[in-house]
Amino acid sequence: MVVAVPPFETFYESHKAEVFRFLTGKIGHDRAEDAFQETFLRALRAYPKLEHGEHLRAWVLTIANRIVIDGARRQRPHGELPELASEDGRPAFEDLAPLTDDLPPKERAAVVLRYGYDLGYDEIGAALGSTESAARQAASAGVRRIRREKQ
Amino acid sequence: MTEILTPELDERFRAAAAAAGLLDVAYDVFDDTAMGPLLVGVTDRGVCRISFDPEPERELELLARAYGARVLRSSRPIDRVHRELDEYLVGKRRAFDLDLDLRGQPEFYLRVLGELARVDYGETTTYGELAARAGNPKAARAVGTVMNRNPIPIVLPCHRVVGANGSLTGYGGGLHRKELLLRLEGAIL
Repeated sequence: MVVAVPPFETFYESHKAEVFRFLTGKIGHDRAEDAFQETFLRALRAYPKLEHGEHLRAWVLTIANRIVIDGARRQRPHGELPELASEDGRPAFEDLAPLTDDLPPKERAAVVLRYGYDLGYDEIGAALGSTESAARQAASAGVRRIRREKQ
Repeated sequence: MTEILTPELDERFRAAAAAAGLLDVAYDVFDDTAMGPLLVGVTDRGVCRISFDPEPERELELLARAYGARVLRSSRPIDRVHRELDEYLVGKRRAFDLDLDLRGQPEFYLRVLGELARVDYGETTTYGELAARAGNPKAARAVGTVMNRNPIPIVLPCHRVVGANGSLTGYGGGLHRKELLLRLEGAIL
């Protein structure tokens, strides 16, 4: 069943505490404060584009994780950029490690590209050498698996 | 416990979201007014909602459906409405100086609400009179429906509309509130 996107207030109240915990665990309290605000501002910008209210927790945590990674890149001096495991120019899946570690490779790729990099399913299908609908299925199977394992 | 999200940080985000212009509706709940709790919503065009509903969850769903899902409690955009309502409710203000967002209202509703807005502080009119002023003298009953669904009570003064025999008739927020407002304005003793 497709769940309608809830009012942002409801979404924010449901996830703000966990997002803040996630951020403090990753980058410490001081930097987490700015990252927290940036996470939810980014979520607000993207919110009208969401088509349904499923997987919002995974969605906002990947945004938070993305901001952690961006922050780490900015902080490192040039020449010390972390080596991205990108044999073929695709983003490093390590970026979403805490959430996607245990997924089968295809699901993991689909989840990371969809929620971490905001690609459309057609682009993901192309990147993975498969189809749009296969990409959609892989992403949603991955998210379901993350949810099950977190419970 | 540095992992706990502080109220300051929470408020900072809510203010930043409004300042960045990212909200479809900013709302706040004023807990202890003479009228009980009031939920007030504003869009970038003006006030879109005043509700007596103390349980805002349903209200947020309605706002999200009407104006967009980015509905967030954020007090700063509501400051001015808050101040004017406070002043009105203690008898220090007789008219509101606020923009309203009535987007989505049917044409007849807009006409009736427009006429309603002209009924002055401390005066009353009847459903039939209002219907006539809106161009349809026979539509008293329909005007009653418009009053009942008034999205911005108090500011759009549907409490000033009474039955032809002078009885208070009804009020979306409960008759006791209508009575309270008319008493405040000195329209009834």
